[in-house]
Amino acid sequence: MSGLRVIVGCKRVIDYAVKIRVKPDKTGVITDGVKHSMNPFDEIAVEEAVRMKEKKLASEVIAVSCGPTQCQETLRTAMAMGADKSIHVEVDAATYENLQPLHVAKILAKVAQEEKADIVFTGKQAIDDDCNQTGQMVAAILDWPQATFASKVEKVDGGLTVTREIDGGLETIKVKVPAVLTADLRLNEPRYATLPNIMKAKKKPMAKKKPADYGVDVGPRQSVLKVEDPPVRQAGSKLDSVESLVAKLKDAGLVPS
Amino acid sequence: MSGPLKFRVKHLYKTLLHLGKDYPKGYEFFRSRLHASFLRHKDVKNPEEVEALIAKGEYVVKELEALYMLRKYRTLKKRYYDS
Repeated sequence: MSGLRVIVGCKRVIDYAVKIRVKPDKTGVITDGVKHSMNPFDEIAVEEAVRMKEKKLASEVIAVSCGPTQCQETLRTAMAMGADKSIHVEVDAATYENLQPLHVAKILAKVAQEEKADIVFTGKQAIDDDCNQTGQMVAAILDWPQATFASKVEKVDGGLTVTREIDGGLETIKVKVPAVLTADLRLNEPRYATLPNIMKAKKKPMAKKKPADYGVDVGPRQSVLKVEDPPVRQAGSKLDSVESLVAKLKDAGLVPS
Repeated sequence: MSGPLKFRVKHLYKTLLHLGKDYPKGYEFFRSRLHASFLRHKDVKNPEEVEALIAKGEYVVKELEALYMLRKYRTLKKRYYDS
């Protein structure tokens, strides 16, 4: 087959190195003025797609992001890394607060159909919500095979051979194309977007769309009741002998006395 | 300093400045150190010396990229994988 067409989903998240702070009213985390960047797992997906293009396995790499205007920065980073063009599906800030993987999956599925994609590639999960759902949902909506937690992707006759990271170790599967892939940490090391490439990326096409263009309703399906800091870890205590340990366990009712 | 060398020095400075945005100790810290180090060598005229300094700067670029990549990898590995 001549060159696969790859759609890569990129999410704009709070930068991985930033210390997250909960808003005083406990309705969410503070995002104003906080450094944001592309979800690290999505960076890995973009890198893999660009490498496929460099190996002439892919013919076009299209980056897609759903969210407010600032998502365009994320898309420009993807294009600086080598994506050919991008699509920004604009969702206003208020609606974005309640945008869920199901909404994004419906949008990505429609984009994949419109762009006649062969592969939909995303990171395995976003580091802000840790849902790990979007890729799987896209596969279900499109009725495509899915190869998630990919740590190696190879093109073979009839499809792709994907090595997956699972609890027991590694699993190698073969999937036919079109397929959905989600990237795991060890798939590759993403390139740093250099300044000249960022300048060149400004000339690459970025289409601006709305969820309505794809017939997707992004109304909220859930509401956030409360966001809290995790509980402060209680200090442990050091004991001097096995006897005192056993006594403490008996006191706590954890060991029958 | 001749034209093409001056261009390369400026390009190096801009590249390092861009990389400084992700520096763990903060952009301002990085920018002031970067500015000071370039200012220290502003009177160097010998093209060979300039080339050597540019090479050193390009080495720093590679070191920074490696630093960022390792830092991100290690943080994510610690956060998402049992060790």
